Formats: sequence, structure tokens, C-alpha cells
Amino acid sequence: MVDHRLSEEHEALRQSVEAFARKEVAPVIGEYYERAEFPYPLVRGMANMGLFGLPVAEEQGGMGGDYFALCLALEELARVDSSVAITLEAGVSLGVMPISRFGNEQQKRQWLPRLASGEVLGAFGLTEPGGGSDAGATRTTAVLDGDEWVVNGSKSFITNSGTDITALVTVTAVTGEKPDGGKEISTILVPAGTPGFTVAPKYSKVGWNASDTHELSFDNCRVPAENLLGERGRGYAQFLSILTEGRVAIAALGVGLAQGCVDECLRYAGEREAFGHRIGGYQAIQFKLADMELRTHTARLAYYDAASRMLRGESYRKQAAAAKLASSNAAMDNARDATQIFGGYGFMNETPVGRFYRDAKILEIGEGTSEVQRMLIARELGLPSA
Amino acid sequence: MNIVVLVKQVPDTWSERKLSDADHTLDRASADAVLDEINERAVEEALLAKEAQGGEVTVVCMGPERANEAIRKALSMGADSAVHVSDEALHGSDAVQTARTLAAAIGTLESVDLVIAGNESTDGRAGAVPAMVAELLGWPQLTYARKLDTDGQSVSIERESDAGVATVEANLPALVSVTEKINEPRYPSFKGIMAAKKKPVSTLSVADVGLSADEVGLGSAPTQVVSSAPAPPKEAGVKVTDEGEGGVQIVEFLSGQKLV
Ligand SMILES: Cc1cc2nc3c(=O)[nH]c(=O)nc-3n(C[C@H](O)[C@H](O)[C@H](O)COP(=O)(O)OP(=O)(O)OC[C@H]3O[C@@H](n4cnc5c(N)ncnc54)[C@H](O)[C@@H]3O)c2cc1C
Repeated sequence: MVDHRLSEEHEALRQSVEAFARKEVAPVIGEYYERAEFPYPLVRGMANMGLFGLPVAEEQGGMGGDYFALCLALEELARVDSSVAITLEAGVSLGVMPISRFGNEQQKRQWLPRLASGEVLGAFGLTEPGGGSDAGATRTTAVLDGDEWVVNGSKSFITNSGTDITALVTVTAVTGEKPDGGKEISTILVPAGTPGFTVAPKYSKVGWNASDTHELSFDNCRVPAENLLGERGRGYAQFLSILTEGRVAIAALGVGLAQGCVDECLRYAGEREAFGHRIGGYQAIQFKLADMELRTHTARLAYYDAASRMLRGESYRKQAAAAKLASSNAAMDNARDATQIFGGYGFMNETPVGRFYRDAKILEIGEGTSEVQRMLIARELGLPSA
Repeated sequence: MNIVVLVKQVPDTWSERKLSDADHTLDRASADAVLDEINERAVEEALLAKEAQGGEVTVVCMGPERANEAIRKALSMGADSAVHVSDEALHGSDAVQTARTLAAAIGTLESVDLVIAGNESTDGRAGAVPAMVAELLGWPQLTYARKLDTDGQSVSIERESDAGVATVEANLPALVSVTEKINEPRYPSFKGIMAAKKKPVSTLSVADVGLSADEVGLGSAPTQVVSSAPAPPKEAGVKVTDEGEGGVQIVEFLSGQKLV
């Protein structure tokens, strides 16, 4: 039977994060956003709730929950603010999961307890100045010199890479040539502060202003040979699986933003008057809200479905891409409609919907653009490659 | 040190709250029910004391079956076990009967050192139950605490009232009621939520705590609500136009409200 009701513990977690977002995030996030400042106290709060360790086993210092629990937390956070949500999303799906999935015992012991408790953050460097969608075209190199990797190259737009609590960046790099002449890509852990590893000043962004994003450069940066994550040459396969999971998390985040638009507009349309009536009584507004609700609802079902397949161990590549696409569309469309419903106030940074508008666009770009999601769906449909 | 926290499930202050037309009791169906925020602070304070002193935290709750959600919340924050007094006969009990029931429930527990309660619930707001429970137990009451310290032998609080702040101390066992200022409660973690499912909750009837059904409930309540009406809508505030003596007007207004 199809059943999308939440289990008792998932529902309790959802409520707990909902209360946190409403009471702790909502009152202060506007200020952080305006100042483009990383909200350390809120990150600490999320860490105290164990959110960074949600899908990590208790033996590894996590909460013993699952990836769906993470998705629910992300949705509730993004209902209020996306910068905070993406900080958690990247912290877990890109910071914790690569080590949790591919790390050896020693690497897990060294990193997971602190990452999963949210005491420190990990980042994942895949995208390069020369390209993100075609991540296999990586130009960063790592050469084994004795018992050290020597890393050279740069990475762009890396989330959580330059905070005061960033402990490491997991980077993909070319480590040689495959027998067929293709690039051998491997994944290497680079601790923050390693000589030769430079973090550029933060970008000035259109949205996600309270999240931390930097360009990174590696100039003869040396790390111990044992910092190789998983097998040499498995880097490409590793990040594909990490990104597939991450898509479901980003989909949840987008659904949160879309729902946040509905929440704000329901309240506003019930209060704001124009031409002697509350605007919520006008059909033009009602239809907008009906469409917003519909998009949110269908995108939520799409990510619930992808997540449940993931947890059952079934293939979910198509569903993950579809969920991310549906959700980023819903977020963009709802943000546009929500600012419209708010009129001039919707264009002000002081209203949440103004923030939602600025934060929605990146969802069509990050962790695979909408074009890439369509390419993935088409591939799963068995269409021939060009 | 064994600490009991009195918790209550109340309608969410974020949702619309109503009394039932029939008997002026709370219309529980009309609003989302949550663990009272002031009780979250009481639980937090108990957990802090436990973390410092060791011991166990037991939550005691009187309320309908549905109140087990509030109990779960307290357990997921970190309390160890719960006693839930749930009985049809309790419907409509007033503050005195509630205090009797809670005191009787506390009496079923072994060696309680400290009872912590919220100073007043966000729904009833009688603010009398903690003092009544202390009286019935024959224990010292330290109410309106904005700060609590205990070494396991005695308890000392900063008591805040309109008249000022006083430091009050008593030997244990004792009862303390706390205000909003006492702490910032923790949010349950997923681990806490999972652990809460396995923690013991004993459900007791009125008879189980040693009371008889005709001592509690609307019928025998010493106080009765004769009528009720929705709160009037908020009135527009007073506007002070500054024509040179705006400051004076503001101070006069504030002192009229006893705010300065
Ligand atoms: C705020 C922010 C945070 C980010 N965080 C991270 C991070 O933590 N780690 C990380 O590694 N990356 C991160 N990224 C990078 C992000 O994942 C990339 O920007 C994204 O994958 C797109 O890559 P690109 O910018 O190089 O665009 P390109 O790949 O250059 O694409 C340009 C355009 O061409 C389209 N396109 C490309 N190929 C095709 C094709 N074959 N067919 C049709 N259209 C195509 C794309 O869809 C896009 O519209 C972040 C980006 C931002 C903005």
C-alpha cells in the first residue's frame, strides 16, 4: 500500500525542528542575511539538536536516524530560511556523508564524531572555475610524492568551506590516467589550514546570503597519503552517488521554501485589504495560492517517494532527479507568486518572501542544474546518448 | 537526587483557543495541543540539576489520554520516566482538585527530593497549583524562581516578583516553581526522540493515586465557572504626540501602568 504518513518519531523530529525554526531562526535571520554573516549561534543550535548527525549511525557519533529524517529537518528549516537549511544540507550531505559512506575505520574515527556532532563542518569541492555540470572534466590534480599527495588546482562556489569551524574539504582530483586513457579521479581529504590551501574571501551572492561560499585554491598543497578517501580511481562513482542522495535533500529544501511562501501568503492574504476587501477573497489571489499549494504538495510527494526508494535500497536516480526538478520549479514559481501577492512589501528584504525570492534561483543551479536533472531523467528513460 | 517535574498539555498559544459552550471547560479539539512552554523550562531546569547532581527526573502529568504527546516531548528532552494520571472522572477539575491529584501522584513515588513546576500554565493561568501542591505535601514552596541552585541537600532560588528579587532557600524536599526567565529549554534531538519511546510511562487512575472519583472533576469542584466570553479584541493603543512634553506623557503613562 502507498502510505505517506510520517512515523511517530519522524513527526516528533519535524515538530522539534519546526519549533526551532520558528522560535530561534525566524526572529534573527533577517539581520544575518542583511549583513551576509554566517549565523554561528544558529549552527550551534542545530548541532545541539543533533541535526548534523541525523543519518549517521550512533557508533559513528551520529543520531542513528535516516536520510529521510534529514530531509524533514531541511524542509522545516527552509520554510523559514534557506541559508540555514543549506548550511545543514551541505554540512551533512557533502561534509559528513562522503566520509561516512567511503571512509576507512581510521578516517571515520578521526572525523565523524566531530562532524556528526556539528562541532566542526566539512565541505565538498567538486565544481571548478572551468565547469560544474561536467564534473568529470576536473582539472585539479593530486600527485603521490612519497607518502604525500601534492594537490594543485582550484574549486569554485564551495559551501561551508571558509567558516571558523570548517575542519576539512573533501576534494576531487585527477590522480592519473585510466587504462582507457580517461581521467582517473580520486577523492582526497584536505584539512583546513594545510599549507598551500587558500580560501578566497566570500562571494557576494544574489541569495543564500547567510551561508558560507568561497573559491578555494591549492598550490602544492601536501596531505598524507592516507587522506585518500576510499579507493583510488573511484572518485567519479563516489561523487555521483553522493550527488544523487544530495538531490533528494535539496528537493526537501526547495519544498520547504515553497511551503514557506504558502505560509506567508496565507497569513498576508487574510489580513491585507485592497478595494475594501481582504485580498485573499479575490479569485486572482486564491488561484495563485491554490497553484502554490499544488506545486508544494506534488514536489513533496516526489521527494518522499525518492527518499522512500533510497531507504528501501531500490534504484532512485530518476526519482531523485525528478524530485529536485519539481521542487526547484515549485520554489521558483512560488517565490515569484508570493512576492506578487505581497506587492511592494514583497520586494523588501525585510519580508521573508523577499528573501525567498532571492534564495529560490540557486535551487535551479546547485547540485546539478535543471538541465542536468532533465539529462538524468532522459538517461533513465533509456534515450540514446548524443 | 530524584526530581519530579509537573507538566501540562495546553493548547498551542499560536493557535486559536476556545472554551466549550456546554461547561466552560477547555475545548481541546479546537486547538493544537503542546507541552506548555513554561513546563519545557521546568523540565530543562530539572535536567540541568540532574546533569550536575546525578539522579532521576520523573515527569508527572494529569490530563486526558492525548496528553501522552506532551509527556513524550518531556521524555525526548531527557526526562527518565513519567507518571500519567488519566481518568474520565478528572474532567473539569479546578486548581484545588488538580493540586490534590498531583500531590497524590507524587505520593506514589519513592523518595522525591525536589518538585519543579512552571509558575503558571499558559491556558488556565491560575498560578496557584504549585503552591497548593507544596502545601498538600507539607513541603516548603519557593515560587517564581528565575534562578535555581541545589547541592542535593538544600535548594536556593532567586524569587522575582513585582516587589523585587529575593533569595529564598529551603532544605529538601521542597517545591520550586519557575518563571520564563529561568532558562532556554533544549530542543529534543532525534536520539532523544528515539530513546523516549522506550522510557517507562505508568498510567494511573484516580483510584490508583488513592483518591475517589467523587473528590475530583467538574461536579465536586470547589470553584465553578458560571459564564465565559471570548476576550475582547485588542484596542488601539494610546498615541502620544510630542508637542514638547512627549517624554513627560510617556513617563506618566508608564507609571500609571506601574511599569516604572
Ligand atoms: C551558492 C552556491 C553553492 C555551491 N556549493 C557547491 C559546493 O559546496 N560544492 C561544489 O562542488 N559545488 C558547489 N556549487 C556549484 C554548483 O554545483 C555548480 O554551479 C553547478 O553544478 C553548475 O555548474 P557551473 O556553474 O559550472 O555551470 P556550467 O556547468 O558551466 O553550466 C552552464 C549552463 O550550461 C548548462 N549545461 C551544461 N551542460 C549542458 C548540457 N550537456 N546540455 C545542456 N545544458 C548544459 C547548464 O545547465 C547551465 O545552464 C555551488 C554553487 C553555488 C552558486
